Amino acid sequence: MATNSHDHDEHGKSEHPQTQEEEFSIARSNALVPLLIISAVTVFAILAVIVRAKPVIPHEGVAADKAFSPADFPMVFGSEAAIPGLDTADVQVERGRSASSAQFPVPAPPFSEGIFPCTQCHADMEPNPERRPLELMHTDIELHHDEEHRWCLDCHDLKNRDQLHLSSGAPVPFTESYRLCGQCHGTQYRDWRAGIHGKRTGYWDGSKRYLLCVHCHNPHSPHFAALKPLPPPIRPQFSRKDADRSARDKESADVGVQ
Amino acid sequence: MSGCSDPLACAEEKEEAGGLKRRDFLTAVGVVAAGFLAGCTPEVREEFFQKHFLELSQEELDRRMQRLHDDYSKRFGQEVSVSALPAQPGVVFGYALDLSRCIGCRRCVYACVKENNQSRDPQIQWIRVLEMDKAKGIDFEEANPYYDHEKVPDPDHFYLPVACQQCRTPQCTQVCPVGATWQEPDGIVVIDYDWCIGCRYCMAACPYGARHFNWGEPHLPTNELNPNTHALGNRPRPRGVVEKCTFCIQRVRSGRYPACVEICPVGARKFGNLLDKDGEVSRILRDKRVFVLKAELKTDPKFYYFYGL
Repeated sequence: MATNSHDHDEHGKSEHPQTQEEEFSIARSNALVPLLIISAVTVFAILAVIVRAKPVIPHEGVAADKAFSPADFPMVFGSEAAIPGLDTADVQVERGRSASSAQFPVPAPPFSEGIFPCTQCHADMEPNPERRPLELMHTDIELHHDEEHRWCLDCHDLKNRDQLHLSSGAPVPFTESYRLCGQCHGTQYRDWRAGIHGKRTGYWDGSKRYLLCVHCHNPHSPHFAALKPLPPPIRPQFSRKDADRSARDKESADVGVQ
Repeated sequence: MSGCSDPLACAEEKEEAGGLKRRDFLTAVGVVAAGFLAGCTPEVREEFFQKHFLELSQEELDRRMQRLHDDYSKRFGQEVSVSALPAQPGVVFGYALDLSRCIGCRRCVYACVKENNQSRDPQIQWIRVLEMDKAKGIDFEEANPYYDHEKVPDPDHFYLPVACQQCRTPQCTQVCPVGATWQEPDGIVVIDYDWCIGCRYCMAACPYGARHFNWGEPHLPTNELNPNTHALGNRPRPRGVVEKCTFCIQRVRSGRYPACVEICPVGARKFGNLLDKDGEVSRILRDKRVFVLKAELKTDPKFYYFYGL
């Protein structure tokens, strides 16, 4: 057996060089030329793609090529409060605990101008407790607050027009309307009292300024209104140019930097 | 060539040929330097040999604050107060941000710039609001800081503002080769702008991109300066130093809320003392489900995100 296989091996060995030489001769022939051309073209194409490719700018579509400053938005950062028409000056805050007597010191409710007290019109009117769409007055109010089940007199009081009332019928002044809202929105009311829901200013180690629910949520349409965002930060590739420009400006008219 | 075989001897020969020996040259440099330092004012000398901020005695600290006050007041043409108010005992500051409320309006970004005297051009902003796809969740690769919609919030996206996370084990302070940045007893990570050499190791170490470098001369118009400053916070910075959010150190150390908390129109930002059990942030940590960014890095931030809804 051993000799047999040895013979076989020898036979194989003698054939192999012959085959290789044949292949090598094929390779030496002109068949290599198209192969070379194809690979050269491929390499060239890859190089061309790399060289001609535009840099990838993520989130294209927004230029973000200008550096804005807070001074460009006087409406937001001027003397005006962040919430239009809100005057927090009447709520005094100071450092240290037990600084304020009121439990939830809030600014005045944000009434439309000239609408309060309601009795200035309603005092002489016959109250009509029937649920109906209003046609003569308050037509600007569109109720989007569980309007299927609720209407004006579920919150506003029929007898004392200058007050609200709880579902129990107990009266609630407009300045404590959070008690009314809290009847349905219990978790928000709990968080609001702790300062977690809603905006709170003042002192972290002292008394705080609360806001009424209605300072941020229109009670008739409470979904928070969308805002226009301030502009995006400048992309780094434009910032470099700005740095050059500011260096040039510096020579002529820089005020703040030395 | 003279053909000297020993290179050392050869060098000496050359020096002598130049007419100035190394020893003489170094002596001359030393004499000139000493003469310069002897001749200049004590203020310049003190500035040159200044100690690390934490090593200053109260008297030296007062002198340095006075000098900063004089310099800035002269430069900006108005009274600029520079405070070095230290941390209160029993206070560790914490921050919580309600992701279910944030609408991405960027009021905080610009309120921060206004409060903290960042360079307007080249622009530096400490807060970056990332817009994320609701379908993808929190994904920093896909997050877009350059969104600009007509109105926010965009119904398909949510918003995640990122600034310094005020880590309990900050990486940035550990890599600083000169000790120019450290954590204060009330937990605020601060930078001494006089000590910073601008190597930007801290920026490489920070996993939140919260540190920013003054590549150019900071441009801050005189009429936009906030004159209430803190030495380790919002005082105007020179070129070539790193800066970052300090929880508005100039405000919070005197009991006020950071500027971003006060401007936020939706009340998404909450700030307080973590050691105060009745404080807003402690209550949020107790009652809400909070998370921190990149918790796996064990930086242990004091900036928490939560869903208030």
